[in-house]
Amino acid sequence: MKRKVYLTFPQKLIRDPLIYRVGHEFRVVTNIRCASVTDEIGVVGLEFEGEPEEIGRAMEYLKSRGVLVEPVVMNVIE
Amino acid sequence: MGYVQGLKCRECGREYPKDPINICAFCFGPLEVVYRYEEIAKVLSRERITSRPPNMWRYLELLPLDDAPTVGKDVGYTPLVRAENLARSLGVSELYIKNDAVSYPTLSFKDRVVAVAVSKAKEFDFDTIACASTGNLANAVAACAASAGLKSYVFIPADLEQGKIMGTQVFGTNLVGIQGNYDDVNRLCTEVADKHRWAFVNINLRPFYAEGSKTFGYEIVEQLGWRLPQNVVVPMAGGSLITKLKKSFQELTKIGLVEEGRTKMFGAQATGCSPIVTAVKKGTDLFKPVKPDTIAKSLAIGNPADGFYAIQTMTDSGGWGEEVTDDEIVEAMKLLAETEGIFTETAGGVTLGVTKKLIEQGKIPRDESIVVSITGNGLKTQEALLGRLQKHPVIDSRLDSFEALLVEKQSRL
Ligand SMILES: Cc1ncc(COP(=O)(O)O)c(C=O)c1O
Ligand SMILES: [Zn+2]
Repeated sequence: MKRKVYLTFPQKLIRDPLIYRVGHEFRVVTNIRCASVTDEIGVVGLEFEGEPEEIGRAMEYLKSRGVLVEPVVMNVIE
Repeated sequence: MGYVQGLKCRECGREYPKDPINICAFCFGPLEVVYRYEEIAKVLSRERITSRPPNMWRYLELLPLDDAPTVGKDVGYTPLVRAENLARSLGVSELYIKNDAVSYPTLSFKDRVVAVAVSKAKEFDFDTIACASTGNLANAVAACAASAGLKSYVFIPADLEQGKIMGTQVFGTNLVGIQGNYDDVNRLCTEVADKHRWAFVNINLRPFYAEGSKTFGYEIVEQLGWRLPQNVVVPMAGGSLITKLKKSFQELTKIGLVEEGRTKMFGAQATGCSPIVTAVKKGTDLFKPVKPDTIAKSLAIGNPADGFYAIQTMTDSGGWGEEVTDDEIVEAMKLLAETEGIFTETAGGVTLGVTKKLIEQGKIPRDESIVVSITGNGLKTQEALLGRLQKHPVIDSRLDSFEALLVEKQSRL
C-alpha cells in the first residue's frame, strides 16, 4: 500500500533525522516528494510504501515525536 | 464546447485531463484549471458580456464548464456600492463595497463556487454532492443540490450553532454532525471522499469549484467601468478567494478586456486564527498551523489549503496582511451597518476592520481606489452582536410617554 502525507516539523525537530529513522525502525519505504524548510518550520510531502499496519505504526511514531502528520488533502472543512 | 485545456499542477507543471481530481500524483501539488486564452480572447468582448443577463455566467467562457450551466443560473452580479459615508468616516476618497451579503440564494459568496461545482458535477454524472462545512458552504451546497435535484451529504461539527443547522437542513440534505474537533471532521471527510464516488465540492472537485470565485473579481472590474481597482481587501479562510481574485484580474488583462495595471491584494484574518497574515508579517512563505479561537467562525481555518499561494499573492502584488480582534470585528460590523446600511457577518467585520487599520498605517493610500470584499450576511451570525447593541426603550402606549422620551433623547444629544 502507498500512503501520501504532509509532515510539519516544528522548529525544535527540524534537525532530527526522523524520516531516516522511520525507514530503519519500521518496514516502510519513504519517498520525499516535496519539501520546504525555513528556520522556523519544515513541511515535507512524503509517500510511505509498505503494509498498512506498518505504515500506521510509522505515522504513530512520528506523531509521538511531535510531528504533525496529515493526509495530503489539507483542511477540507470550509 | 468550453475553453478548458485541462488541469495542471501548480508546483511541477505536469498536465492532467479534466477529471474530478485535485492533487498531482507526482508531487501532491494542487491542480489548477488551464484555459485556451487565445480562443477566449477571440470570442469574448465587453459588448458580448454586457449584452448578457446580470449573473455570474456572463463570463461563461472563463469558467470551467463544457456546456451552459444547468444549475445556479441566477447566481452573482451583486452590487458594487460606492460607499461615500464610510469613505468620509475612514478619510479616503474612493471606496467601494462589493456586496455578496446579498448573494442569491444563500447570502454568501459560496453560492458562486458551489454553482460551478454542482454544474460540473452534473457534467461528470455524479448523483451525490457532498461537503464538510462550518456554515456558509453547507447552506450553499444544500440549497444548490436541492434545486439541481441531486442527493447531498453535508458534514458539520456536532456543536454548530442552531441557525446554521437550520439554514442547511431546511433544504432536505442529509446532514451529519460529527463529534470531535475540526481535525476529526476533516479526517473523516477525507476518508469518506476516498471511499464513495461522490462529488465533494472542495475535495475532488476543488480545481473547478475554486474557479467560481473569479466571478467576484470580474464583476468588480466591469462595475468599475472596466478598470482595475488599485487596492482590494479580501477575507481569508483557506486562502482560495484572494488567489482567485488575483487570477481574475490577470485573465481580464491577458484577454485584453482591461488595460494593464497593478492591484495590491490585502488579506484579512481574525487574531484568533491568523496563520496566513502572521507568515506575511514575518516575511516567510510558510505558515504555522494554528488552533482557531475567534467569533469569525467562517474564517476559522487553522491549516489553510491555499495558504502558501495566498501569501505569494499578497507579497507579489505589493499588498500586505493584517488582523483584528473580536472586539474590532464587532465594531466594524456596526460601522458598516451604520454608515452604509449593510449588515455583514463576522467575516465582513474582519475585512472592514483590517481595511481601517491598513489605511491608518498608510499601507493603503487614502487617494487610491479601494474595494472592500463583503462576502457574507449578518443575519447568519447574530450571536456575535448579542449584548453588543444598546438596549432599546420600552414605553406604554400613551403619546405623552413618547413625547417625554423624545425630549429625553434630544437633551442627551
Ligand atoms: C463569508 C466568507 N468569507 C470569506 C471566506 C474565505 O474564503 P477562502 O476559504 O477562499 O479564503 C469564507 C470561507 O469559508 C466565507 O465563508
Ligand atoms: Zn506536480
